[in-house]
Amino acid sequence: MNQRSCHCDKMKDERYLELKSYLDALTETDGMAMQILQEAQRIFGYLPLDVHKFIADNTRIPISELFGISTFYSQFSTSPKGKHQISVCLGTACYVKGAQKIVDKVADALDIKVGGTTTDGYFTLDAARCIGCCGLSPVMMIDEDVYANLLNVDAIPEILEKYRA
Amino acid sequence: MTNSVKVTINGIVVEAQPDDTVLLAAQRAGIKIPSLCYLKGVNEPAACRVCVVEAEVNGMPMRNLPAACVLQVQEGMNIRTSTGKVRKAVRKNLELILANHDRDCLTCVRNGNCELNKLCEEFGVDQIPYDGAVRERHIDDSSYSIVRDSGKCILCGRCISTCKNVQGIGVLDYTGRGFNTRVAPAFEYGMRDIDCIYCGQCIVSCPVAALKEKSNIDQVWEAIDDPEKFVVVQTAPAVRAALGEEFGITIGTAVTGKMVAALKQIGFDKVFDTNFSADLTIMEEGTELLQRVTRGGVLPMITSCSPGWIRYCELNYPDFLENLSTCKSPQQMFGAVVKSYYAETFQIDPKKLVSVSIMPCTSKKTEANRPEMEVDGIRDVDFSLTTRELARMIKQAGIDFLSLHDEETDSVMGDYTGAGVIFGATGGVMEAALRTVADILTGEDLRDIEYKECRGLEGIREASVTLPIEGRDTEIKLAIAHGTANAAKLLESIRSGEKNYHFIEIMGCPGGCINGGGQPHISSRKRMELDPKALRSAALYAEDARLPVRKSHQNKEIQKLYSDYLSEPCGHKSHKLLHTHYQERYTYEK
Repeated sequence: MNQRSCHCDKMKDERYLELKSYLDALTETDGMAMQILQEAQRIFGYLPLDVHKFIADNTRIPISELFGISTFYSQFSTSPKGKHQISVCLGTACYVKGAQKIVDKVADALDIKVGGTTTDGYFTLDAARCIGCCGLSPVMMIDEDVYANLLNVDAIPEILEKYRA
Repeated sequence: MTNSVKVTINGIVVEAQPDDTVLLAAQRAGIKIPSLCYLKGVNEPAACRVCVVEAEVNGMPMRNLPAACVLQVQEGMNIRTSTGKVRKAVRKNLELILANHDRDCLTCVRNGNCELNKLCEEFGVDQIPYDGAVRERHIDDSSYSIVRDSGKCILCGRCISTCKNVQGIGVLDYTGRGFNTRVAPAFEYGMRDIDCIYCGQCIVSCPVAALKEKSNIDQVWEAIDDPEKFVVVQTAPAVRAALGEEFGITIGTAVTGKMVAALKQIGFDKVFDTNFSADLTIMEEGTELLQRVTRGGVLPMITSCSPGWIRYCELNYPDFLENLSTCKSPQQMFGAVVKSYYAETFQIDPKKLVSVSIMPCTSKKTEANRPEMEVDGIRDVDFSLTTRELARMIKQAGIDFLSLHDEETDSVMGDYTGAGVIFGATGGVMEAALRTVADILTGEDLRDIEYKECRGLEGIREASVTLPIEGRDTEIKLAIAHGTANAAKLLESIRSGEKNYHFIEIMGCPGGCINGGGQPHISSRKRMELDPKALRSAALYAEDARLPVRKSHQNKEIQKLYSDYLSEPCGHKSHKLLHTHYQERYTYEK
């Protein structure tokens, strides 16, 4: 194993301890980059430079390869995610029924762009492809909550407010 | 031999091995299939679709046009490589690659040896019908050695595979996806701040100009044109073994005399030879080895000539820094001596003396810029150029290289022995050191000086010699590794206690300096036919064999340097001028 840096400071952080024990339990790291990043994303919520470095130094996987994977798949994020995840469906049915207006309204209400996170760290806005319930279109999800038939976009600020509590 | 497979390619029946690809089988039969992303044994991703063919198996046509680089031969296979359908598809693929490629070919450093350009010419690509969006262009010139230009990149992945699989490092990879895909280090870092060792193997694997050396030609011309400046040049052993390739001379031909003549015509005030300081390195390093063995110093001692290897060690194996010889590399030793001994002897103000080196290496540029590589504020080496840059200077100067008459290097720092010459090949430093150390220990002028066990291209080689140390016959265990992936394997075996040696030679590039990242480009097609490592190193061993003096300590100019100036190897003055130190390094710092 390369000994690039000791990461001693990180060993006081429970999240790094959890990731370390996951990595230590692996018998083989070849071909495991995807799983390792998924586990790291689960633990940290996102994948910053330090997490990439930590994984690279504890496996034989080059940091560039890890970064290649984490920037290829949309499931990974290299910047922090908000406490609540807003997904607006932009599948065909939702789009036809005005989902773009929902996106615009949310973006306007929170002053963020699609993919962005609010400065207070409460919300991240993402555009989703078909969620699979076209009968309810247009649809927005916040975390696991589904908001169906959301034709009245003026109701959105009130919905968002509930999650700030 | 396993049962061969019969395939028909363009109507010719070809016998192939069962695990052959169509591309290899065709090549052996003398049928050329064009390729671009393919780099034999290194990068075979079937990404560029330039090697597509029409294929039938037992009369049944295969779906679409398979890529020959990954298509395995089958009995009864019928391949056609140049049908209208194939030509049309390849031309379309080339047009699509060009649509997203910076096409300022006239001002491109690869003008004349671009693999993409050559293919477009062969396939008659005379227009690019697409003028849609192009990728955003990023140019990274943050390091001293390597420039990345994403505008030129065609995403073939040859650099990625070379760095990751050949060198075992992996500083580059695809980042992002789709249209925004780029080849880059992680998190947008520049080459200066990452774990790149600047070996330049990515440059010599690049088919276009997406990777190139950071050129210092202009500064060197400026120094030559300045009448106040006294400009001296040294050329590394491996340069003479490859420079001729830039002028159409067969790979593996040494062009020492012509190279010296060209350097004189370019206008360097003195033309010297790094071989001289290679001999000097042997004096210092050989002495250091004997001191370490007899005085209980840290062993194994590892050579320090290759700056790529040094940086690799500093980054990845800091627990071996004490094992590195404290000797500066021949490039730096030369610079330090030319600005002290030579300047004093000929009464030249060292501040007006410009020291230029011609190296087969891109990492040498970074080495020359290491802050500690100076003595009393005087830099050892001011500018380090690659073999390719020298070729460009020769062309810029309008010199007809092929018609040059051989000339000799200038004296006082131009004399060299066969031992200095073989530094350019893997195992050469070890062999050169043994020639001197064995003579010193036995007190004889030994005749058996060809240590054949040091030669060859096996990734890791071991040898041992028995030498009389302090009156006792002692077995000295040796190891040689080239290419950082092999270096890592060797160091791991030492770290685990499995192996133990006295003396190790490590070179950062596969094959040693003759295959360095500053050497002339050889197309992927040519690399399928020949191994430049073997051919270029043979040129050096041949030069060694024909030289009258083949042991560093018998170099008359080296003897004079010690008697007039340095007094003794590893003495006080040597330590000031010729030795250095190393440090652990960190990357991806914020």
